Amino acid sequence: MPTRRRAFLILTALSLLALVSFALALSAGSLKVPLLDIVAALFGRGDGAADMVVQLRLPRALAGFACGGLLALAGALMQVLLRNPLADPYVLGISGGAGVGAMFGILIGLPLLAVDGLAFAGALGAMFLVFGLAHGDGSWTQTRLLLTGVIVAAGCGALIALMLSIADEGKLHGMLFWLMGDLGQTFTWWPAALALVVALACAMPFARELNLLSRGLMQAQALGVAVGRLRYTVYLLASVATAASVTTAGSIGFVGLVVPHLVRLATGNDQRLLLPATVLAGGSLLVLADTAARTVIAPLQLPVGVLTALIGVPVFLFLLSRQPK
Amino acid sequence: MSAPLLEARQLRVDIGGKTVVDCLNLSLQPGERLAILGRNGAGKSTLLSTLAGLRPPQAGAVLLDGEDCALLPPRQAALRRAWLGQFQNDPFGSTVLETALTGRHPHLGRWDWESKHDAELARSALKALGLAGMEARQVHTLSGGERQRLAIATLLTQAATLYLLDEPLSHLDLNHQMAVLELFAGTARDCGAAVVMVLHDPALAHRFCDRALLVYGDGRCEQGAVNDILTAATLSELYGHGLRQIEDRGHRCFIPE
Repeated sequence: MPTRRRAFLILTALSLLALVSFALALSAGSLKVPLLDIVAALFGRGDGAADMVVQLRLPRALAGFACGGLLALAGALMQVLLRNPLADPYVLGISGGAGVGAMFGILIGLPLLAVDGLAFAGALGAMFLVFGLAHGDGSWTQTRLLLTGVIVAAGCGALIALMLSIADEGKLHGMLFWLMGDLGQTFTWWPAALALVVALACAMPFARELNLLSRGLMQAQALGVAVGRLRYTVYLLASVATAASVTTAGSIGFVGLVVPHLVRLATGNDQRLLLPATVLAGGSLLVLADTAARTVIAPLQLPVGVLTALIGVPVFLFLLSRQPK
Repeated sequence: MSAPLLEARQLRVDIGGKTVVDCLNLSLQPGERLAILGRNGAGKSTLLSTLAGLRPPQAGAVLLDGEDCALLPPRQAALRRAWLGQFQNDPFGSTVLETALTGRHPHLGRWDWESKHDAELARSALKALGLAGMEARQVHTLSGGERQRLAIATLLTQAATLYLLDEPLSHLDLNHQMAVLELFAGTARDCGAAVVMVLHDPALAHRFCDRALLVYGDGRCEQGAVNDILTAATLSELYGHGLRQIEDRGHRCFIPE
């Protein structure tokens, strides 16, 4: 029996997890800063060293949290939209489109901001292409949408491979890090954070309708859901969330696929709880992974996408084996 | 006299460009039970979902409580009619109680959560279908018949005045077939609900419905009181197989030749 009280308790616990992840992200690194100094610096009363750490690490942690939250939210929405547990934010080719844009930008030597702009344009391009092609005869079925998305993603993958193979050595490292997902090259954090707040605020009013949508289109319609309108909204929300994240931090894998499942295994499949919980869990996971990415073999930095998988896989397998049903 | 719970006017239904039902006029008052009979692929399910307002008719109109279905917001429609589909599956899994509670959706506001009252309604619906004590079970651990009964319990939780049932007896054993039919007969008698059901057994249709609608699948439809229309002659033509009629204590039975 779903209740508000249970949802509140779980969300409080996850908020604490998010706070812990931020504390770790701000204090850990080549320069260790005690927590008290960080709190002082956050309130504008820190000394020089702590101040600088907060100015450098806080934006990165905020960007990480926003991207993790966006990817997890987009993944949860895509899984409901396609009624497919294997769906993730990238399944419909949005990251592929962004990748093509970003690779092209890096290849011709554009500055970071322009690369971000091209990535976002590529993501939106892929979104409209898939939408237009899948809509085609007006049927817009899940299978058709999924197939169109997968094919567009494959096409983008081929273009990316082409650009990687003709790029010179100097640019290759940056391109590979972008493709694996990297918060080190993030330009600013606030667009992603804004996108996260807007996407979650737009999705929450439809949470109970999404529960019905995951049970089937006709079923949902019979119970009073305006199915057509809801599916367009969900597609748009998930796409924009993915585009915002991919533009900010490259295509970080795994978060969008596994965090929704992780939360589902732990709390059940009620979107009213699942959506905010995945945002908190996804954000925290990415902040923790990024902290690990820049500290485990410091001064060398790893792409965070590698770490999200390395942390997420064992946690997911543990939860799966624990499930009694 | 108030508007009928369900009314179809000059309804035409096509499947894949072929007209299966044409010029259908139908009206259902509170307490009435209508059986829809026909061969496989004759368009029974498509007709039923059209009557539920889930797909637009090619021509004509469907009225719920006197209001045109096409103009009715989905939630308003869901408060008036409940529809049982043939296939239910949830790729993500949920418990029996959560599933039964989905029937309360049209009664809840956008930000409402299910109340104790909603849970009581769901529990009593589960009990009426013999699913008491299974509230916490995962749906995918249920048998086919139990799932069908859960879908019917969800329908009762919706508490509409018009029930549109697509093969409500599929997967059910004899005992539960009778229980479900008697349950809906009781709902029609005591609560003034109207029931439309797609059935494959003319004997059960004769026993549990007032009227029958025969769908031939080529645009032709016939309707009438069960005593007049469910005869060996009409049914033999409907199914394309000879049937012999036997009467026993007021119940009709049809045996294939």
